[in-house]
Amino acid sequence: MMALDLSQNKHADVSYDEKERLFDEVKADERWHHVLYGCYECGICVASCPSARFYDFSPRLIAQAVAREDADLIYTLMSDSIWDCSQCFSCDRCPRQNSPGQIITIMREVAVRNGLGTAKEALQGYGRIIYKIMLTGSQVSPDMLQPDAFPDWGTHVYEIAENLEEWRKALPPETLHTTETGWVIDDKTIIELYLIWHMTGVMDLIEGVDEGLYDIIVDVMEERLEEAGYDDVTFD
Amino acid sequence: MIHLPIVKAADRQFEADPNNAPKDDLREELFQLEKEGELEVIRVPDNYIELKTKYGRIKKIPVEKTWHHKSCGQCGHIPGYSSSIFWLNRQFGLDYHDPTDQTSCTAWNYYASATSNPEAQAAVAIRNFAAAHEVGYFPLIHCGTSFGHYKEVRHALVHQHGLRRKVRKIMERLGKKLVIPEEIVHYSEWVLAMKDRIAERQTVDMSNITATVHPACHYHKLIEEDAIYDSEIYGAQRTAIITGTLQALGINVGDYSTWYDCCGFGFRHILVSRDFSRSFSVQRKIEVMKEEVNPDVTVTHDTGCVTTLDQSQFAGRAHDKKVGIPVMSDSQIAALAMGAHPYKVLQLHWHNADNKPFLEKLGFDVDKIWSEFQAEVDLIKAGKKDFMTWEDAEK
Repeated sequence: MMALDLSQNKHADVSYDEKERLFDEVKADERWHHVLYGCYECGICVASCPSARFYDFSPRLIAQAVAREDADLIYTLMSDSIWDCSQCFSCDRCPRQNSPGQIITIMREVAVRNGLGTAKEALQGYGRIIYKIMLTGSQVSPDMLQPDAFPDWGTHVYEIAENLEEWRKALPPETLHTTETGWVIDDKTIIELYLIWHMTGVMDLIEGVDEGLYDIIVDVMEERLEEAGYDDVTFD
Repeated sequence: MIHLPIVKAADRQFEADPNNAPKDDLREELFQLEKEGELEVIRVPDNYIELKTKYGRIKKIPVEKTWHHKSCGQCGHIPGYSSSIFWLNRQFGLDYHDPTDQTSCTAWNYYASATSNPEAQAAVAIRNFAAAHEVGYFPLIHCGTSFGHYKEVRHALVHQHGLRRKVRKIMERLGKKLVIPEEIVHYSEWVLAMKDRIAERQTVDMSNITATVHPACHYHKLIEEDAIYDSEIYGAQRTAIITGTLQALGINVGDYSTWYDCCGFGFRHILVSRDFSRSFSVQRKIEVMKEEVNPDVTVTHDTGCVTTLDQSQFAGRAHDKKVGIPVMSDSQIAALAMGAHPYKVLQLHWHNADNKPFLEKLGFDVDKIWSEFQAEVDLIKAGKKDFMTWEDAEK
């Protein structure tokens, strides 16, 4: 089991003021007042939590740290534990109506928005997924089923990869004859998705965790937006 | 001695009373916001079936005029899941729409990486809802995470004026309205609502089958008051989803002690930290099912759950774990019961755990049905046909 790093050797320490500033960002989230009401210390959240069984991770610790406004511990958790959470929301069965999973969702957003080094580490290897979802509107695609990407899924991944084109054509629904996306998605739909990314500032988050990936995605988006008549839309 | 009126749990009847529900009915607030001109509600089409939710409220499940909000994980990696849903609709001659003006909900990425924000997530949801409304159909959500996430989005939009304002502005730029469905409906609720009609047309006897059930976390743990419950299924102490369908098909559903546990998907973990997903799935779910029930199949109703429970067994086998349970969706089981082809429609060759013993127990000649599918693939490879059609799938 990987132990929670309380020594702060695994991530850069910052000033207490900076820790408080990060926590203030968490508390400023509109969801904040609906995810934390107190803690009985009953442990129901931990008993339900899949991550608690395999990591040095505790949803109760998260709830108690934020309830106590312990900025030091919150920073440690934000730099480590929050990425262990499975986001299954089994902890929502809390008798006080807390949602440690939702608290973590907010903490993760703050970690990404502020480009914390540990957020970058947690998302290492995840770049190809961000590339796919931002550009195609589809998180995973048939052509991702490659043996080098899923060696632990066994030999049938080889068989799928070898027969991919034909097996996709041997699907009765006409919309599923695709390999790069899960189904046929209209160009107009993709352009609308890019406009949503533009208007909501989502690409700034990606720039914070992976600048190179950001540049690649933005180039593709701007080119397609220009072709669609949106010359004025740039991500700079 | 004091005699207390102790009632054994097994004898206790639980009847949910909507008048004493601990949570408000969001739909009332939704219609109030519509009256105030804040948004437009997409009504459930007239042809619907009523089911009950956790606190005894009625939920309308549309039978047809459904707009199929597909799942990226299902369509991408386990496509027989989706084709079985469409096959069922076609068998009943129902009017449905399989859109190309649809993106994924993008929530898998949000829960995995947090590289998004509530405005973007809500805007993606409303764009899809608006696309459905524009063509006159009602959204039917295939993915459990999309379903849970859209319930969260609807809840947030009803309660957060600021978020509504931002999303309305985005929709105006896209030339769309801020529309929200009266009900957020998961396909497995549709399957459950249709269970008696499916059972009426059942051609494959499944009475010798024992199954275990895994309900998706994002189905019944997120906005739990919107999940389907039935006093005749687990005494309404657990969601009736999947179990009600399987029992209607004559399948024996076996109980196991880690029923509530998640599958181990983890969103981020299944993609970049799969040691966790594999361990949890095998040790907390598959091995427990095997030990306590030894089922012929385990049935679930979500993208991530089918993927994790199925794919994790390969590594488990290498470590001599007690694995070897085929994993399917309720839509696949329902289609199979009605005579769908296991490879042409259910597309079981995309699944990992060995499903041949299960098919043989149902009386299928596995070599024969595989060669029927392979013949279609050979024609495609030889350039003699472009695609396998629905008509080909019926042969």
